[in-house]
Amino acid sequence: MTDSAANTTGSQKPEARSQNGKAISFFWRRSLLVSGFLFVFGLAHASYAQQQQNLDKVEIHVLPVQGNVYMLVGAGGNITVQAGNQGVLLVDTQFAPLSDKVLAAIRQLSNKPIRYIINTHYHGDHTGGNESIAKVGTTPNVGPGANLQRPTATIIAHENVLNRMSAPAGVQAPTPTAAWPTDTYVSGQKELFFNEEGIEVIHAPAAHTDGDSIVYFRRSDVVSTGDVFVTTSYPYFDLQAGGSINGVIDALNRIIQIAIPKHEQEGGTYIIPGHGRLCDEADIVEYRDMATIIRDRVQAMIKKGMTLDQVKAARPTKEYDRRYGSTTGPRTTDMFVEAVYRSLSGKK
Amino acid sequence: MIVGAGGNTTMQVGDQGILLVDTMYAQLSDKILAAIRKISNKPIRYIINTHIHPDHTGGNENLRKAGATIAGGNVVGNIRDAGEGAAIVAHENVLNGMSAPTGVQAPAPSGAWPTDTYVHGQKDLYFNGEAVQVIYQPAAHTDGDSIVFFRRSDVISAGDIFVTTTYPVIDIQRGGSLNGIIDSVNRIIDLAVPADKQEGGTYIIPGHGRLCDEADIVEYRDMLTIIRDRIQDMIKKTMTLQQVKAPKPTSDYDPRSGATTGLWTTDMFVEAAYQSLSARK
Amino acid sequence: MPTTSLSESGMDNALRSRIAVPLLLLLMALFATPALAQVDLSGAWTPRYHEDQPERIPGPELADYLGLPINEEARQWALSWDPSRLTMQEHQCQVHTVAYIYRGPLQVRIWEEREPDTQQLIAIKQYISTYEQDRTIWMDGRPHPPDYAAHTWMGFSTGKWEGDTLTVTTTHIKQGWHRRNGLPSSDQITLTEHFIRHGNYLTHVSVVNDPIFLAEPLIKSQNFVLNDTASGNWLWPCEYVEEIADRPAGAVPHYMPGENPFVNEFVNRHGIPVEAAMGGPETMYPEYQRKLKPLLEKMRAQKK
Repeated sequence: MTDSAANTTGSQKPEARSQNGKAISFFWRRSLLVSGFLFVFGLAHASYAQQQQNLDKVEIHVLPVQGNVYMLVGAGGNITVQAGNQGVLLVDTQFAPLSDKVLAAIRQLSNKPIRYIINTHYHGDHTGGNESIAKVGTTPNVGPGANLQRPTATIIAHENVLNRMSAPAGVQAPTPTAAWPTDTYVSGQKELFFNEEGIEVIHAPAAHTDGDSIVYFRRSDVVSTGDVFVTTSYPYFDLQAGGSINGVIDALNRIIQIAIPKHEQEGGTYIIPGHGRLCDEADIVEYRDMATIIRDRVQAMIKKGMTLDQVKAARPTKEYDRRYGSTTGPRTTDMFVEAVYRSLSGKK
Repeated sequence: MIVGAGGNTTMQVGDQGILLVDTMYAQLSDKILAAIRKISNKPIRYIINTHIHPDHTGGNENLRKAGATIAGGNVVGNIRDAGEGAAIVAHENVLNGMSAPTGVQAPAPSGAWPTDTYVHGQKDLYFNGEAVQVIYQPAAHTDGDSIVFFRRSDVISAGDIFVTTTYPVIDIQRGGSLNGIIDSVNRIIDLAVPADKQEGGTYIIPGHGRLCDEADIVEYRDMLTIIRDRIQDMIKKTMTLQQVKAPKPTSDYDPRSGATTGLWTTDMFVEAAYQSLSARK
Repeated sequence: MPTTSLSESGMDNALRSRIAVPLLLLLMALFATPALAQVDLSGAWTPRYHEDQPERIPGPELADYLGLPINEEARQWALSWDPSRLTMQEHQCQVHTVAYIYRGPLQVRIWEEREPDTQQLIAIKQYISTYEQDRTIWMDGRPHPPDYAAHTWMGFSTGKWEGDTLTVTTTHIKQGWHRRNGLPSSDQITLTEHFIRHGNYLTHVSVVNDPIFLAEPLIKSQNFVLNDTASGNWLWPCEYVEEIADRPAGAVPHYMPGENPFVNEFVNRHGIPVEAAMGGPETMYPEYQRKLKPLLEKMRAQKK
């Protein structure tokens, strides 16, 4: 979901596009070692104009989940909204060109100021709207000794999200400063108490990327997973950005540990995936089983000394392909199997 | 939270019925029932035991009889005599400690035994519109401790891992350990999210003593960790138990948590901590 | 304040301020108008920091317990306290308890809550800017909660008028400190306060009884002035961050008994004997100067 994101964010205005050009080359340089990436990149690039048009027509749909929590569906990663007396909290921000529509959808739910944005990871389809949405929000009372308001919402993320969005002094950063997280954490988790509920931002190490957070709304009983869980494709883990198949499976198990179904393994805790439909524990359990089974199969083949081509030929994903597989698009089944193989074998 | 004699009882009430955590002593069951009936007329559905000690399980039999298990619910497969009496949930080791092999006199009557046990990790319930997590705490106060986390209410019942009245009792005979208690207290701190200014938010019901929040259990954690570090350091210097006791490694905490008389004196705590840390019996 | 040699004037000031309190109380008792004269304390109040200024504004030095009626256990607790404990996430946003909060920089807004129909006084409310604390002093005669109720930073307060003095009793206070250099106050303290208004001045006298960490009551006083143009600085946001990223899970910073590295810092800087710096009830009273003299001579002799 990196590639298409990089294209869309650049489409707002000419200077942004040139900045984006650098952003692309940044990813580009990081990716030189991976031959497979070349193909993906070209494909994403070709769909650039098309993507732009699609965004114009995108509508933002609002799905009430439970408690204080809503799910916004548009293009890019799902947005989670938590709204209450103290204001509005968002998990992820989709693409920048959608921000006006996202804000309009939020305003249907609440007129309170946007206080927090939490990024589940750094990819552009989840952070593209950071700057434009944070700008509309405020952070109350910054710093003792003054009634200051930070004129933008606080953006919370794992430290590695900031690292990947920013750059050392003198180097062109892949994203504008105003889109960067303002409040990061390094290990374990970060806790908030907002709108009368405890919120846990929990780090999932080396999963979809090296900076994934899952967000757990305790009183509403809703988990927002980011891209460690999607219902639309096989697990995608960004090997270049420190992701791994085992990290994704660990993260799925962590979410399952948090989730408690209400009755007959249904309802109870609701789970908002990074992409796709609203889920509960039963859904993510099936997904975890799938990911684990495929991992075990590929692992066994690697142990037998099979090459990547041999593994692919054996079709370790066969019975899942109709549901999650793809032969076209930015992420094919082939690429998934290859990524699992590389992740487990440590071969680049 | 119901306070009487023995451990605190936690009560969760809703449309589906009543859930109790711990049951104090048997003699108090009528009074507990009266207190419950002031708040709700619904049946008692679940009893959760945080550990085996009779000041927390004594009322099991009486209160179970006063209740009824939800028959046909998602737990029915696990429960003997489905529908008869409330389900008693506890860690497997609580059942092991209360029961006995056939032919041997059991330490507790069978009507008081847990009907629904778990072995690893945690057991989840969904009751009265909220998720309830029963989380195993290995080798802490005993070998069968559970803490209970009411997620929507945002309340944790800690059992005797956390008490505000004395130093924690480390039941070494039953597999308890000081490091297990400290780990468990840190687990509770991880679960607790304070509201503004490190106050309120998640509330914590201790096994004995007053209602607390994260700030309170943080002070307790600091105390236990400091005392542990001191005694550990002395053990490293190969000091004997008598040599450890002499410089009073708990002196700054004794006025608040220590005792020279009663069932759990400072001496006994230091001795248990020493044994636990040196793993010598 | 001179800091090179023993600051006798500083010492005197500290001692004098503590003598001043009983005198003040006596004076107030003499001039208090009897009967039911209730005073309206409403308004925004700003403190005057002249009393114990070095402690209140720059903050106390480490291992300085001089003039505080602490016991042996409190001293041991405080000497084990590593300031790094404040970097732990759970301690970063910890509030000064009600028995200490009036010492620091703060503003206090006071107002009354009255029953709308009868105008009977239900409570006197305070908002304290430091840590954004709301305080309710119940004036309707309600009892304090049972022992097993939760404790809070501000505790549970009831008040009554004694002449024109508002006397407040507070229990259910969380563990905190008697001085913010690690000197603990227990969760079993009882705080008695007297609020006395003279025109645009408000005197606040607090008496802390701590059965765990104090050998005698700790009595302090602060003065406030009515602030007609109170503005700014009413907020105190606090969100914890990871200050020490690589601290092992479960570690609590502390010094082993007898290993506090700062024990001599304060005493060397000010030329005060360690015995005095370690505090205790006798260091509160003027008679201690007699005991101090030989200690000082001994110290000076050792230096030569």
